[in-house]
Amino acid sequence: MKLPGVSEFSWRDVAVEARLLLIGIPVFLWTMIPIYHMFLFAISPKEDAFSGKLWPDHPTLHNFEIVFKQQHYFLRDFYIQFWNSTVIAVSVGVLTLFIATAAAFSISRLKVPGGRSVLNLALFTYFIPAAFLAVPMYRTMGNYGLLNNHWSLILAMVTIASPYAIWVLKQASDKLPVELDEAAVMDGATTLQIFRLVYLPLMMPSLVAIGTYAVLLAWNEYLYAFLLLSNDREITLPVALGNFLAADDSPWELLMTTGFIYALPPAAVYYAFRRYMVGGLTAGAVKS
Amino acid sequence: MAITLSGDQSMPAPPLSSRLTPAQVWGIVLLAPYLLVFLAFVVYPVCYGLWLARAPSNYVALFHDPIFARAAVNTLIFLVIGINIKMLIALFLSGFFAQQRTWIKWLSVIFILPWAVPSIPTILSVRFMFNPEWGVVNHLIFSLTGDDGPNWLNDPTVALSMAIGVHIWKSLPFWTLILITGRLAIAHDLFEAAEVDGASWWQKFRYITWPSMQTLYITCTLLSMIWTLGDFNSVYLLTGGGPADLTHVLATLGIRYLRLDQLSLAMASIVCAMPFVLPLVYFMMKRLSR
Repeated sequence: MKLPGVSEFSWRDVAVEARLLLIGIPVFLWTMIPIYHMFLFAISPKEDAFSGKLWPDHPTLHNFEIVFKQQHYFLRDFYIQFWNSTVIAVSVGVLTLFIATAAAFSISRLKVPGGRSVLNLALFTYFIPAAFLAVPMYRTMGNYGLLNNHWSLILAMVTIASPYAIWVLKQASDKLPVELDEAAVMDGATTLQIFRLVYLPLMMPSLVAIGTYAVLLAWNEYLYAFLLLSNDREITLPVALGNFLAADDSPWELLMTTGFIYALPPAAVYYAFRRYMVGGLTAGAVKS
Repeated sequence: MAITLSGDQSMPAPPLSSRLTPAQVWGIVLLAPYLLVFLAFVVYPVCYGLWLARAPSNYVALFHDPIFARAAVNTLIFLVIGINIKMLIALFLSGFFAQQRTWIKWLSVIFILPWAVPSIPTILSVRFMFNPEWGVVNHLIFSLTGDDGPNWLNDPTVALSMAIGVHIWKSLPFWTLILITGRLAIAHDLFEAAEVDGASWWQKFRYITWPSMQTLYITCTLLSMIWTLGDFNSVYLLTGGGPADLTHVLATLGIRYLRLDQLSLAMASIVCAMPFVLPLVYFMMKRLSR
């Protein structure tokens, strides 16, 4: 094709754009199909859901109504399970923040003797796959008499979340200038005052990232929740979702609706805190 | 050294509190909560577990269990094939997402969804898509060809491949994000200079991108392998280890033994994985705690 320079240039642009689209469209489909399928089930009446259509003939919110009114055998404890998930996730977030911030301050700012070894131990725990710790953890919780108690899951998740939290917070606090502490000591500040008035405010962005990380980790956890809690009124939402599978005639449209409701809060939290998450977590996740 | 020690003994050591500065006392107090958690929920369970798995008969029983051998092979396939495919795709997509386009920016926001939402509902959604009677996939196959689709999850090879697929679906965004960070850290004038010299995209990748990213890429691959060893959800929620316990990996096998009330076997199976896990962990720690 013999075309003047300008349009030749735009032809090449179109080719580049087309090639990018050739990657972009499969990526979009691959990402969205399982999520769309879940959404489709949530808005389909039972007969449409099972007919394999790509869009229901009569989209409806009836499934949400059933879930919110707890009108099904599998859903009779929906609210209490939602509440359990919330309480556990928030407790894990608060406890992890408390434990990890204290430890990071102690190791990084106070240079406590042996702090380096504790950090290495924490890092070691971080790398051991959580599923491997689940079996001994289950027995241990039994020995402590905590099985079927929310504390067992809260403590287990704090154990899993805090190594990474300590590590990220320690990296972040190493970056704060030492002169700040020295100046505060000159002014007669006690250690606790430095912690409260100097350290915590400066660490806020990292604390938000770590708090979000711990809350999401606990909210999303399935394995530990299903091992440690079994009573219908004690379990969290993911365990309740897993229990749907026990029946042969599972109401899949209700399972997907409940799953959709369960997936919304973490997605919302993630997008709300994305700025902090991407900065705080990827910087810590892999240091090249 | 011996002299100093005997010299110390002649005078009584000052009490602990007066040898430590107030800051150090606070340091110990603030470190105590984590140490308590670590002792109660890591050290004690691990020691107790090792004690439970101490009898050699456990290991004999384990090696006679064909499901264990199968699970070990499956785990190896999952790690060696699954992770490398995932990381190669992530490396490729990191180049795609590094392009400056508005629509690509929006796509990257959507692309992160699998990582942001919990795995249970989405894995169950995939599981139902491939349900042989009611799933949408076989419906499409039927309406297009008039034939019944295969019973996807009933074939161990297909079922394991799909579990790997689900794992990739879930964790690809995270690793892509990390590799994008690595890519954006490369100085831009290198590419501009290459452009001026008329380098092809492969030359740019081979001589600029890859050398700057290979450490990060290898670290990510190893880290992903360690974590994938603990990926319980992708297998358990999709196949439940079936058909006939042929798609178990080590993470689900331990739980299977636990459910069968064979706790010492469960621990023994985990102990068997340690010779592979610990060197990787040691290597990662050396890399990250420089």
